[in-house]
Amino acid sequence: MAIASDLPKPQFRFGMLIYDTRYRTITIQVIVLILALIFAGWLVDNVRTNLALKGKDIDFSFLFRRAGYDIGQHLIPYNNDMSHGRAAIVGLLNTLVVAVIGCILSTILGVFLGVLRLSHNWIVSRLIGVYVEIFRNVPLILWMILVATVLVESRPQPKDFKVVDGVSQASMMLWDSVAITNRSSNVPLPLLDHPLPALGSDSFPINTSLLFIFALFAGSIYVNRLILRRAKAVQEATGLRPVTWWQSILVLAGPTLAALFAMGFHLEYPVFKGFNFQGGIQFDHAFTALTIALTLYYAAVTAEIVRSGIQAISRGQSEASFALGLRPGITTRLVILPQALRVILPPMISQFLSLTKDTSLGIAVSYLDLRGTLGGITLNQTGRELECMLLMMLIYLIISLLISSVMNVYNASVKLKER
Amino acid sequence: MNFVRTQMLPPQSPPVTERGAVKWLRENLFSGPLNTILTVLAVLTVYYLLSMALPWLLHGVWTANSLTECRTIIAANYGPDAIGACWAVIHARWYQFIFGFYPPEAYWRPILDFGLMFVAMTPLLFADNPRSAIKLVGVVAVLTVIGLSLAQGPLWLLALCTALMAGCFFLVLQSPARLLPVTLLYPFATIWLLWGGSIWGPVMMMAGFGVLAIVYSLLSTRIGVVMATAAGFVAACIWWLALDGAVAAALQSLIPLAIQSVPSDKFGGFVLSFLIGVSSIAISLPIGVLLALGRQSDMLLIKSLSVAFIEFVRGVPLITMLFTASLLLQYFLPPQVQFDLILRVVILVTFFSAAYNAEVIRGGLAALPKGQFEAADALGLDYWQAQRLIIMPQALKVSIPGIVSTFIGLFKDTTLVTFVGLAEPLRGITTIVRADIYWKGIYWEPYLFVGAIFFAACYGMSRYSLYLERKLMTDHR
Repeated sequence: MAIASDLPKPQFRFGMLIYDTRYRTITIQVIVLILALIFAGWLVDNVRTNLALKGKDIDFSFLFRRAGYDIGQHLIPYNNDMSHGRAAIVGLLNTLVVAVIGCILSTILGVFLGVLRLSHNWIVSRLIGVYVEIFRNVPLILWMILVATVLVESRPQPKDFKVVDGVSQASMMLWDSVAITNRSSNVPLPLLDHPLPALGSDSFPINTSLLFIFALFAGSIYVNRLILRRAKAVQEATGLRPVTWWQSILVLAGPTLAALFAMGFHLEYPVFKGFNFQGGIQFDHAFTALTIALTLYYAAVTAEIVRSGIQAISRGQSEASFALGLRPGITTRLVILPQALRVILPPMISQFLSLTKDTSLGIAVSYLDLRGTLGGITLNQTGRELECMLLMMLIYLIISLLISSVMNVYNASVKLKER
Repeated sequence: MNFVRTQMLPPQSPPVTERGAVKWLRENLFSGPLNTILTVLAVLTVYYLLSMALPWLLHGVWTANSLTECRTIIAANYGPDAIGACWAVIHARWYQFIFGFYPPEAYWRPILDFGLMFVAMTPLLFADNPRSAIKLVGVVAVLTVIGLSLAQGPLWLLALCTALMAGCFFLVLQSPARLLPVTLLYPFATIWLLWGGSIWGPVMMMAGFGVLAIVYSLLSTRIGVVMATAAGFVAACIWWLALDGAVAAALQSLIPLAIQSVPSDKFGGFVLSFLIGVSSIAISLPIGVLLALGRQSDMLLIKSLSVAFIEFVRGVPLITMLFTASLLLQYFLPPQVQFDLILRVVILVTFFSAAYNAEVIRGGLAALPKGQFEAADALGLDYWQAQRLIIMPQALKVSIPGIVSTFIGLFKDTTLVTFVGLAEPLRGITTIVRADIYWKGIYWEPYLFVGAIFFAACYGMSRYSLYLERKLMTDHR
């Protein structure tokens, strides 16, 4: 009687490395690994040869040498006696400030436009449609260059603001508070009479007053949330929602306004003196053009994201909500928007990322951001292309990864929780 | 007594507020106070914009030799305070905007190449829509011949190109698929037409792909798709590196077939934009598909290499990639290797867009139900068959909007090559024009002109993507 036995395990043969799919993956990976290593080695070897030929080496000490160039817009103290590294940090901060302002403004404008795009009002939705199509289909740097050129070519020179015999050729706007010349936009500067003592060193001063006001405002928001939570608890227990709007306004605005008043908040207006405006804040046209162009362009992109997000929610949701007796406003707020947000967020994340990367287009209007300082003037002055470019790419990469990881955490928190 | 009406009343038309234009207005423009305010605001906005732009457009001057002359003409015709566009700058610098510094006697080459581009795209765009294909090729052929006759080449050349276009039209009349050979030949024809020189260089380059195809078809049944492709690639590389140059030189000395060669720094204007845009678009899609598959792969090494590449490229701005092309690539290549700036830029722009395409296609792959993969396995298809026949057609269909918007972004981003010193139309050429003493101070007109052309190209692409989406929508919604 024959006993059924297991088939003998097939002996490993050399040919199986190619013909057997189980082993073939290993073969392919080993070959790819070898090729990748050879390629990397080839690159490193080329870099060494080329550096030797040019008589250069890889050396980052230039970052500590004197930069010798000025940066008009600097958020931390900077002058041309400071180091290239410091200039790069100033540039990085300029990149970040444009990115943050651009993200905030474009989101606000874009959400507004996206909602209007879905309006039943025929002419409004068509108008927004035209806006979106025009801005999405034309290169971003065209808007930058156009805004900068229009500002420079069409605005009067500073000297035209000079009052001669009671008249001047050009006049300031908004009750004499804003002056836009062909060099810069001069706007009032918020100042405090009794600021809190500054902390930190001279090179990296910390504005404690600003931090204090931010902390105060954050605290107000927290208290406001407590109030709202209490109101919700009362509503769930009794069915009646207590009136809280005046409490919210008081809590949100009161402490901050009181602190500002106590510290002596006032505005310093720009005044024409000598050859140009003194006082106030001077925004370079490069900054203005970059911010306006990024905002308008990305608002169009955001509008499309918001529109498609809202349209992705099936009609059944709003119909069900109406059937439950909810009014249109509440339906939008409690049923549509929370669901639309899940659809909207992932593309918004990548859109914030591209906005941040597109700040590097400030080169078109000579904005001194990270690329303008580290990858521009520093690179040209020191001739260290390899170091500057690698450092710059690394910094951009870190910024991108940081933004995407932070936003992904937020995305995970609002994602549909499936069990 | 009879209270009951015996005859039906004739149906009455709805009240005047509930029909026709009045109803439409009430529903769409004045349905509530908020809507009324919005309507009024929108109308005011439109009126304000038109009142500024219309006179400017209508008073446009088309022939003048300088901005001052433009302004004199406008002031003479419409009064001293009138505003008007000076389109004369476009008229005067038309060739520069289109061709950059390309030699005028060779203008026929980019024109012919541009026409052939549409012919080559036809079998891909309208494979199963012969009517559209015939329309497209017909219009393109006529426009190309008109363009060529304006370019003032010799008559025999015009006749030759007309015959070529007529031949293409004849092919498409039979079936769009008959144009596929044109599509395959087109890349090499472009290289030859635009850069000129000996015809044998592009032909031998093409022969390298022939070597690849032969080796692949000999080996693919024996050692699998990947290995066969790799072997074919190695063979082609050997051909290109070792034999290509020698054979081309020998053939050139035997049969000298060459046209005037044009160096890369003469390229500019929209020729450059379209060259970089179209070639990067064409190459980046297959690379993007491969990267997306690599990222989904079970092989750890392939997966991590793909992820690293995609995340790196997506993490840095395009402009740093372009600076890499112009400044850094010389460090990473052997010292004696010097290759063309346009080629370097195309390679890096391609990498850039391939990474974005890979992410879009990965989204499409993720959207497929797992059952599709399992069904392909159950049918006994191998990996590449399953990808080709089952997975990719569905995944690509889902990703069309994303892919097209990547392409639109890429085409818009070709303007950035100005920062590495190439004369693209938006900043490169316009800066040159605006630096001219006669046109100093002009800004709206050149930017609007360039913007309008970019708008037309990008808007056309997004319309085509909508058409494709509708055509491929097979589910019933």
